[in-house]
Amino acid sequence: MKELLRRYGLTLTISFIVIVAFWLLVLVILPYIYLFEASFRLYLPIDQVNGPNDVYTLSNYSTFFVTPIHRWVFLLTIVYSSAVAAISFVVAYPLAYYLSKVATNKIVPTLFLIIMIPLWVSEILRSFAWFIILSLKGPLNFALVGLGIIEEPIRWISGFQSVIIGLVYTYVLFMLFPLYNAIQSLDTNQIEAAGDLGAPWWKIHWRVILPHAKPGIASGSVMVFMLSAGSILVPSLLGSTNSRWFTEIIQQWMFESQDWNTGSAYAFLLLLLCTGFVSLVMRLFRVSLSDIAR
Amino acid sequence: MISKTSRIILNVYVAAFLIYLLAPLIIMGGAAFNDSRFPSVYPWVGWTDRWFLDLFRDTRMWNAFKNTILVALAVVAISVPIGTAAAILVNSLQGRVRTVLYGMMVAPILTPGAVIGISTLLFWHHFSVPSGLHLSTLGQCSYISAFVMLLVLARLQSFDRGLEEAALDLGASYSQVLRRILLPHLYPAIGAGAAIAFFQSIENFNTTLFTRGPYDTLTVYVFSRVRSGITPTINALALIMIAVTLLAAISYEIYRRRHEKVLLARGRGNPDSD
Repeated sequence: MKELLRRYGLTLTISFIVIVAFWLLVLVILPYIYLFEASFRLYLPIDQVNGPNDVYTLSNYSTFFVTPIHRWVFLLTIVYSSAVAAISFVVAYPLAYYLSKVATNKIVPTLFLIIMIPLWVSEILRSFAWFIILSLKGPLNFALVGLGIIEEPIRWISGFQSVIIGLVYTYVLFMLFPLYNAIQSLDTNQIEAAGDLGAPWWKIHWRVILPHAKPGIASGSVMVFMLSAGSILVPSLLGSTNSRWFTEIIQQWMFESQDWNTGSAYAFLLLLLCTGFVSLVMRLFRVSLSDIAR
Repeated sequence: MISKTSRIILNVYVAAFLIYLLAPLIIMGGAAFNDSRFPSVYPWVGWTDRWFLDLFRDTRMWNAFKNTILVALAVVAISVPIGTAAAILVNSLQGRVRTVLYGMMVAPILTPGAVIGISTLLFWHHFSVPSGLHLSTLGQCSYISAFVMLLVLARLQSFDRGLEEAALDLGASYSQVLRRILLPHLYPAIGAGAAIAFFQSIENFNTTLFTRGPYDTLTVYVFSRVRSGITPTINALALIMIAVTLLAAISYEIYRRRHEKVLLARGRGNPDSD
């Protein structure tokens, strides 16, 4: 504080603080508090709001706990989002290793440019692309039948498989970049030393590179999990009736039932889930928030 | 350091990964020219440009396009100053206060967009502000500002504070120091932050969905088109968006390489500089 005053004077310091206070209070903290508050109130007709029936209650949350299908969907969302994070790690790790330790410095910027392209294409178009590919009369089935690999077209968009395919495609880059940054910062001499001392390649990865990449793994998993669990587009485009996602239930409360109070209770549960996941990962990997947010 | 076979395997893997990343986009773009009612590249029915004509005739699309650009510009205008001020503030704090403040600032990045959207909606509803694009803008700013903050904060690490002190000692006013010394150093990060804010805003769906009220943005438009019956007009739109993106990316890359060459040439001419 003192330093701020010394460096920028009173007027500027005050304006910085006012701007940041506006952001954190009006755009972040107060909305969360109102969400929290609304989740304990009942959804009432407009003339009863602030009337005797407008009391604080846990009933929005108990709705969640007494509706087995909602609990089940919540659980499945956790399981499948974790699976997406794990698959993304497996897919992205070799590439991150290649980009940071194997590829020559000349080719890396070009590779990055190509890899970045899907990132600039919006999420909805990326899931739409997979919707086309996986559809019953889509190119994948035509190609597989044409090559004689399968006899009958497969109904890809059913159950969670298509949702997982779509989520991995959409979010794998959020795993790749933190992994790349983490492996990049490892001294190549350490890898060479391990090799010279006779370590087999898998041991080099297991004992040298992976431990060093921990902050990257943590940050990638948190991002992929959070984005997957909170995704609306992918599950509603690539999902079917037998693969519901928790965000779809929130949407139902908000739009179909117009019950914003129960909707906010469910949204708060989703927030709780993501916060819980972040702190769990921070603990497991022993990293701090500044390692995760990059 | 790495054996020949594993290098070949890695190369094959990288090539496969790139195909995996790009093939869906190519298929989606190709379907825009196929004269088949369902968007697909195979079987190929025939070449057509009617999906593009359909798209350009769609007034709802143009309206959504206009809204998207307006929101994106507003988000840039709000989140860039916020992110920059926040980075400067955090950078001159230490200890616990810094940790807590930093945590609050990055929290919106780790929050699902739906939660941000719903909480923004409820908060402003409390003050009888109806939903609409203004709320989408504010909701998006709450987390996009954090991206700008992180970019500017990273750039601040390479800032020589001696320059500020020197300017102050030589009699510059505080606002002069900010305008002439600090901000020019931060411009690259601020520019990158503005670009990211713009693209993030265009892409945003989750936050916008809950706050938009009756208004359309491009993502919402595409979403409702996909749900209400797909025609390849969406592929036409997708192809245009990808083309614009590619053009921007390539011109940036050309600019970067040229810039690098200039730096290299300068480095050769004058061995003292780097």
